Amino acid sequence: MSVRQALLALLEQGPMYGYQLRSEFEQRTGGTWPLNVGQVYTTLTRLERDGLVAGAGADDEGHVVYRLTEDGHGEVATWFTTPVARTQPPRDELAIKLALAVTVPGVDVGRVIQQQRTATMKALQDYTRLKRSERGAERVDLAWGLVLDSLVFAAEAEIRWLDHCESRLRRAAREQSAAPASAPVQEEAR
Amino acid sequence: MSAVLTLDRVSRVHGEGASAVEALKSVTFTAAAGELVAVMGPSGSGKSTLLTLAGGLDSPTSGTVTVEGADLGSLGLKDRARMRRTAIGYVFQDFNLIPALTAAENVALPLELDGQRPRAARAAARLALDEVGIGHLADRFPDDMSGGQAQRVAIARAVVGERRLILADEPTGALDTETGEDILQLLRARCDAGAAGVLVTHEARHAAWADRVVFLRDGVVVDESGSAPVDALLDAGQGR
Repeated sequence: MSVRQALLALLEQGPMYGYQLRSEFEQRTGGTWPLNVGQVYTTLTRLERDGLVAGAGADDEGHVVYRLTEDGHGEVATWFTTPVARTQPPRDELAIKLALAVTVPGVDVGRVIQQQRTATMKALQDYTRLKRSERGAERVDLAWGLVLDSLVFAAEAEIRWLDHCESRLRRAAREQSAAPASAPVQEEAR
Repeated sequence: MSAVLTLDRVSRVHGEGASAVEALKSVTFTAAAGELVAVMGPSGSGKSTLLTLAGGLDSPTSGTVTVEGADLGSLGLKDRARMRRTAIGYVFQDFNLIPALTAAENVALPLELDGQRPRAARAAARLALDEVGIGHLADRFPDDMSGGQAQRVAIARAVVGERRLILADEPTGALDTETGEDILQLLRARCDAGAAGVLVTHEARHAAWADRVVFLRDGVVVDESGSAPVDALLDAGQGR
């Protein structure tokens, strides 16, 4: 996740100081990707160095406030009009784990899948519970609601993929146990 | 905690001899008052068989199915039909409403079949329709409704007359994402109000609305996720 782009986009709303930027970010994402204030200030310093933001003095309490420069506005526009690249998928520990589980001897792959499915289902239940409380709230926060939906759909996709892995493994196991006898002949006969 | 539905070592075999298929293999399963349980599994896993047995639409080859303390297997046909009208509500993917009857008439039907006077039955039906948010559509026919509205009518029909076991078979299957969630919200609310619900689905996103998720594979329960918070809930307040 690009902290840089997120901070620039938030500054489209108007000048803000570091702590404010952090709370604006977390309001929208519900603390799903926590930002520490140090990270925010380091990023702001770099953005200032690159000419995308500029200091806009201090507020009454002495917080240094930042605003977007002309280049900064351009950068935000570019970000919103460019799709997020999917060419380099992030490293997926679960996919790697299963790829190794089916090749390394002595691993009960079925067990690995079942345990993961139960854990992912629990997470999905938690997200859904959060959604339900959101629905009950007087003012539904659209931004946070969408982030929550994204987590829900991702967890659902993971469970579907685990189901798929399970049925592929079962089929592979069946074919293997049938193979020595008559299976290849039957295949040809069809 | 009171179990509204109990399946005790239930097996169901379809067919005989070499072609016999064991759809459920000694499955033990409960749904308590105030609890929504989801049953997930691929096609052929036995999830629909489980639901038809729970609803008394089919009988187990062995084992017992108990609803509100009554062993469905020991009931005669007549008593079992009565249970289906008074204790068990069924919600289907394709709504199963009667097209020649209005929404209110569809909902009142189980009550009238059970011998209630038409006026009392209609009044109860209108109340049930109000509860699912479509009281204003009481006089409309199913064909003049959207899928989401029709499924709300079906839910009203499933709960009318204080039925405490709701069985739902892919109730959101024909609906778009948001309408589907409204339906789950309704099921959830009924369970929070004290009914026991069983939701059969192949979509994890929908199963996640349940307190517990049971995974079936080839007629056997392989996994179960989610704690049973029902005990704690009941202890905290209602003292059922």
